[in-house]
Amino acid sequence: MVSAMKKGKAIKIIAIFGMMVYIMAHHAERGGEGDFRYGDSLDRETITMAGSTSMEKLANALAESFMEKYPDVTVNAEFTGSSAGIESMLAGTVHIGNTSRTLSEQEKTAGAVENIVALEGIAVITDTSNIVTSLTREQLTDIYAGRIRNWREIGGENKPIVVIGREAGSGTRETFERLLGLEYKCAYANELDSTGAVMARAASIPGAIGYVSRDVLDDTVQVLAIDGFKPTDNNILEGSYPLSRPLIMATKGQISTQETAVKKLFDYLRSEEGRRLIESVGLIAPESGVMQ
Amino acid sequence: MNTEMIKVRAHARAIEIIAQTLFTVCALFAIFAVAAITLYMLANGIPAICEIGIKDILFSTIWQPTAQNAEFGILYIVLTSIVGTMMAVIIGVPIALLTAVFMAEIAPRKVAALMKPAVELLAGIPSVVYGMLGLMILNPVVYRWEQKLYRGSETHQFTGGSNLLSAVLVLAVMILPTVLSVSESAIREVPQELRASSLALGASRVQTIFKVVIPAAKPGILTAIVLGVGRAVGEAMAISLVSGGCVNVPLPFDSVRFLTTAIVSEMGYANGRHRQVLFTIGLVLFIFIMLVNLTLNHILRRGKE
Repeated sequence: MVSAMKKGKAIKIIAIFGMMVYIMAHHAERGGEGDFRYGDSLDRETITMAGSTSMEKLANALAESFMEKYPDVTVNAEFTGSSAGIESMLAGTVHIGNTSRTLSEQEKTAGAVENIVALEGIAVITDTSNIVTSLTREQLTDIYAGRIRNWREIGGENKPIVVIGREAGSGTRETFERLLGLEYKCAYANELDSTGAVMARAASIPGAIGYVSRDVLDDTVQVLAIDGFKPTDNNILEGSYPLSRPLIMATKGQISTQETAVKKLFDYLRSEEGRRLIESVGLIAPESGVMQ
Repeated sequence: MNTEMIKVRAHARAIEIIAQTLFTVCALFAIFAVAAITLYMLANGIPAICEIGIKDILFSTIWQPTAQNAEFGILYIVLTSIVGTMMAVIIGVPIALLTAVFMAEIAPRKVAALMKPAVELLAGIPSVVYGMLGLMILNPVVYRWEQKLYRGSETHQFTGGSNLLSAVLVLAVMILPTVLSVSESAIREVPQELRASSLALGASRVQTIFKVVIPAAKPGILTAIVLGVGRAVGEAMAISLVSGGCVNVPLPFDSVRFLTTAIVSEMGYANGRHRQVLFTIGLVLFIFIMLVNLTLNHILRRGKE
């Protein structure tokens, strides 16, 4: 009996000791990682950017693939909103201010340079049986504001319009509402929490209308022309498609005057690899790489 | 011989100790989980209440979490959860109860034996499957009703079938197995003598069922209903697919948002204050479930007395 107790105790002690060693080792490992990073950043180049939350996908994808290609550069991206991003860029706390709106005259006089790195277009979709294939911007606004409630009013069949949108916090919703001047004024019938859900609902309900980013479009839905223009690459690049906007990485002064690492970043965006990256997050790369 | 016996005893004793430790640890783990969740919900849900004010959250109807001047009123969301659950119970419980009576009292043994596994299967179907079926089958049907009912209406916001009614119907089906199996066993537990006396006094079978068996099984049936309410209040996945997701007054053909779906749909992108309020919604839901459980305990205690 005594020996059994002893054995039990010994096992307990060994187990506890083992756990302690494991935890300490884990801590040491973590601490080591942190130390390594801090110590290393002294001779590493760091690019910092801050700004628009709707550029989060692009900025994160860019940071990730850029750091993979240039392991000696660290890219830090924060998402504080367009205006706050430009402010910190002008104040010199970050290199790049991400913004999803064009710069104001005031910001330009303060030295901000507008580098358009990508264009974003939002497609308006209906189910495939809908005979309305084109809307004006005003009609679209009226539909989403709840002033037009039947397709009959805009030359379609006598069918109620089922207005589908995204949930609050969605970047697509924010962009769409802002482009139409309908911030928080949309009368949605369905608020869905993913692009896929919007596609599926719009495809299956007769009379539905919805909006999605262009990269998910397929032939289960009908894409509407707005003011006569379809959301093709060309129309968006030319600026004729109304539901599009530039995504800007603003710098203080021209790119050529920036630190080497920042120049490298813009060169990367202009390269074929950069274009593919931009397209992979559902955006359009401008013809000349980075437009000003 | 003697040492042999001591050895065997020591061995048995060691097993006892190990087993006891194991049980204690497991029990502690469950208690720890409950305590941790409660603390976490309180710690994350209360800050938003303090900062925004309980009145502006619980009794305001405007939900604009990402606006410049954000509004976090969840009154309609809370009402939707209450109304939706009540409607689901009103539709689901009578069906479940009568089925339970059928299975326990009326059905031939063989039929009942066939139905039992079917009901158990219904309970085992993942909720997302209910949601998918609701989306594919129920929504188009409900949309047809909606179009008929609101034909020519200038003011109705057409939902395409994603509305409170769809959610309620899905919930009603989802609470069936819980209510059914618990009330069935309650009915089966009613002593045979009661039925025999009732029948001997000249009551018909139906009279016996409704006047004797069901009243005698009342505590069990109430338990079943409360469990059903708990299931309906906490359901998220299925109804997030069929309820439409807009914050509205809970009317049958309006797109609505429940407490659960409010959290599910916006957690992905929410940050800052918005995220905190989602935790507050979680806290409200948590309190709801607690109330349901307290009611359940109360009923069970009264049933024993």
